[in-house]
Amino acid sequence: MIDTKQKSLKGGEFIIRESDPTSVFIPEEYTEEHKMMASMADDFLDAEVLPYLDRIDSMEEGLMKSIMDKAGELGLLGISVPEEYGGFGKDFITAMLMTEKMGAGHSFAVAMSAHTGIGTLPILYFGTAEQKSKYLPKLATGELKASYCLTEPGSGSDALAAKTKAILSSDGKHYILNGQKMWITNAGFADLFIVFAQIDGDKFTGFIVEKNTAGLSLGEEEHKMGIKGSSTRQVFFADCNVPVENVLGDIGKGHLIAFNILNIGRAKLAGAALGGAKRAIGLSVSYANERQQFKLPISKFGAIKHKLAEQAIKTFTLESALYRASDQIDEMEKELLAKGLNPADSLLGAAEEFAVECAILKVFGSEVLDYVVDEGVQIYGGYGFSSDYPMDRAYRDSRINRIFEGTNEINRMLIVDMLLKRAMKGSLDLMTPAQNIQKELMGIPDFGNGEETPFSECLTAVSNMKKAILMVAGAAVQKYMMTLAKEQEIIMNISDMIIETYTSESILLRVQKLSTTKGSDELTVYIDMMHTFIYESADRVNHAGKSAICSMADGDELRMMLLGLKRFTKMHPYNTKDSRRRIANVLIDKNTYPF
Amino acid sequence: MKILVCISNVPDTTTKITFNSEQTEFNTSGVQFVINPYDEIALTRAIEITEKDGGTVTVLHVGEASADPTIRKALAMGAHDAIRVNAAPRDAWFVANQISNVANGAGYDLILMGRESIDHNGSQMAALVGELMNIPSISICKSLTLEGNKATVDREIEGGKEVAIVETPFIASASEGMAEPRIPNMRGIMSARTKPLNVVEAVAVDTLSEIISYDTPKGRGQVTLVEADNTDKLVELLHTEAKVI
Repeated sequence: MIDTKQKSLKGGEFIIRESDPTSVFIPEEYTEEHKMMASMADDFLDAEVLPYLDRIDSMEEGLMKSIMDKAGELGLLGISVPEEYGGFGKDFITAMLMTEKMGAGHSFAVAMSAHTGIGTLPILYFGTAEQKSKYLPKLATGELKASYCLTEPGSGSDALAAKTKAILSSDGKHYILNGQKMWITNAGFADLFIVFAQIDGDKFTGFIVEKNTAGLSLGEEEHKMGIKGSSTRQVFFADCNVPVENVLGDIGKGHLIAFNILNIGRAKLAGAALGGAKRAIGLSVSYANERQQFKLPISKFGAIKHKLAEQAIKTFTLESALYRASDQIDEMEKELLAKGLNPADSLLGAAEEFAVECAILKVFGSEVLDYVVDEGVQIYGGYGFSSDYPMDRAYRDSRINRIFEGTNEINRMLIVDMLLKRAMKGSLDLMTPAQNIQKELMGIPDFGNGEETPFSECLTAVSNMKKAILMVAGAAVQKYMMTLAKEQEIIMNISDMIIETYTSESILLRVQKLSTTKGSDELTVYIDMMHTFIYESADRVNHAGKSAICSMADGDELRMMLLGLKRFTKMHPYNTKDSRRRIANVLIDKNTYPF
Repeated sequence: MKILVCISNVPDTTTKITFNSEQTEFNTSGVQFVINPYDEIALTRAIEITEKDGGTVTVLHVGEASADPTIRKALAMGAHDAIRVNAAPRDAWFVANQISNVANGAGYDLILMGRESIDHNGSQMAALVGELMNIPSISICKSLTLEGNKATVDREIEGGKEVAIVETPFIASASEGMAEPRIPNMRGIMSARTKPLNVVEAVAVDTLSEIISYDTPKGRGQVTLVEADNTDKLVELLHTEAKVI
């Protein structure tokens, strides 16, 4: 059985268990304080960021820094910093909501996110008491601005292969850093650099390096496709003396900082993508309502309605998954706190527990945003290709999201790798349900009992997607054993199936929960989004599963698995054209993204 | 300085205005409500005054509990406490009576509000409350500076400005220029939920006006462009289509 219900799931457990809709958090449950903070963030963007996008992108001297200062004055840089260090100590959902709101701010969003995320969090989670007292209050107000130096010219995805070296000085008071870091966000105005270097060539370790340290120098601003207003430079270390008290975390344990912070960064990247997507949809629909061709607003045409609806469906699904996972991280953090862990270890532990979900969100979020801005350009037509209209910037700025915080390829591989490692360690029992699927395949298919509601049909579909994953992944593990890592194409297929399943389940759970509070008229558009997404998601699971099966099986096994896949991805015919038209009409009527 | 700021809860400026099928009620479903922008200016000026000279700012709203988020935003901006008169705001006379009932005898040095609300645009409140309380009221003020109990006020008038000097207590309605509304900060937002929001019941007031129906402006007609050198065509269209000649 894979339908065992329990209140809260562990990370990755969604593949083998069902969630109770009442246990998930949905954005419709924001508190009054959440809404007030969100409105403050909107006001800030409207007043201080969006009117200056061109000037920001032209790297006007001092502008980004001054906007960061204003964000600091409002408290936007201290959301996650505990109150004892001058911040506001807000939970993960709140931090995510603010990340989402700021995500509509193009290059500013990147600068702020780098400062508050990978710039500040390493000190918060791994710093000594002295380091925290010295730096966090100033980071929370923006008096100090931070950047994070991990990537090097020769080490990107393979981060631990960094060559920057640190050697202890003869008097034992300093580490002498030598090396070069690349693609460093905020480098141009940062006061602090979180730097990773190999002590004695093999102990990967974190350091806090202040801007004025002798031997630290910056390269020129990089010329980039997008996020042009975000400062991106190389950082050079030439006999750079860093006091030993600025070693961050344990010597040789830099990977714990680098990777744990990345879990949080990946989820936050999805949050920022969500904010960007909502803004791009708002622009798309208002343009489509305004632009007339053949004496009609182009929003009246089915081809445009399809695009608007699809933008909304994907974005709504992303939001459902993002806040579902954010709440799970919050809940796990509380659980770990109750067990006696300190606050820093509790959040890191929670994010690590949900590392699979964080990677899913990173991939899905960045790809949803890319879809939304791509269709945004298309809806704008020729004007979408003009730099005088906003979709050009949205399109260019989106693209980096599939690359940084671990490329989507690395993240896809991580999703499968982390799940299998948990299975091997015994913390996630994939084996028993996978064996049950084998037995089910030999049995007579369930033909259903006639009439289905959208909920019952979608519930069955999601449950079956999980079976499809277990069938395909189980076969892949059996066939390749320890050499599976070399079959990256198959891993990508399995990962795609997992992403589809998690996101499908997330929108299903959200709409199930909404059905308890919304009237049937109001609920229609939500059911339309859920049904359309899951209906086509089942097809995508089929497609990915088929690629994997055909790549690794043959003969009877191939035929049996393809039949099984067909059974597990089958849904009743559904009119997605009418459904998308209904969804689009809601957007068109409200002239914005209204969900 | 003890200041009372009256705020209205109005639809966000981007709201698409619709009415019920009888055209007698504004359709509030899905509408985002905000502090009336002119009231926000008044509130900001009140906060600036107390930040400089000390004192308290109380916000007053006549309306139902659905307006509490708007009141909390005023508290987040920096007001010290709030009073909500628990009644739907029927008309200007009703609201003015509720305001004067709360303010009478409460010792406010200054009562501020926006020049008008951006929903019904009545522009009557400052004058009505001034009459009911028998204190001076000055409308449409572009600036307000206080020295002791004397205020200098710039008023917007046709083609220029008028400078008035008035002693507290008095009422002023704010226009653009009096202050630049500020975005509430995190600390303000977090303290807003612990600041007092006192709910009081309304006093009985006669209903003097009744809204019979609402209507939206007619949409703009089609535009026909005529080439500049084609005056014959223009004359023909004005004669046959527009029927104005």
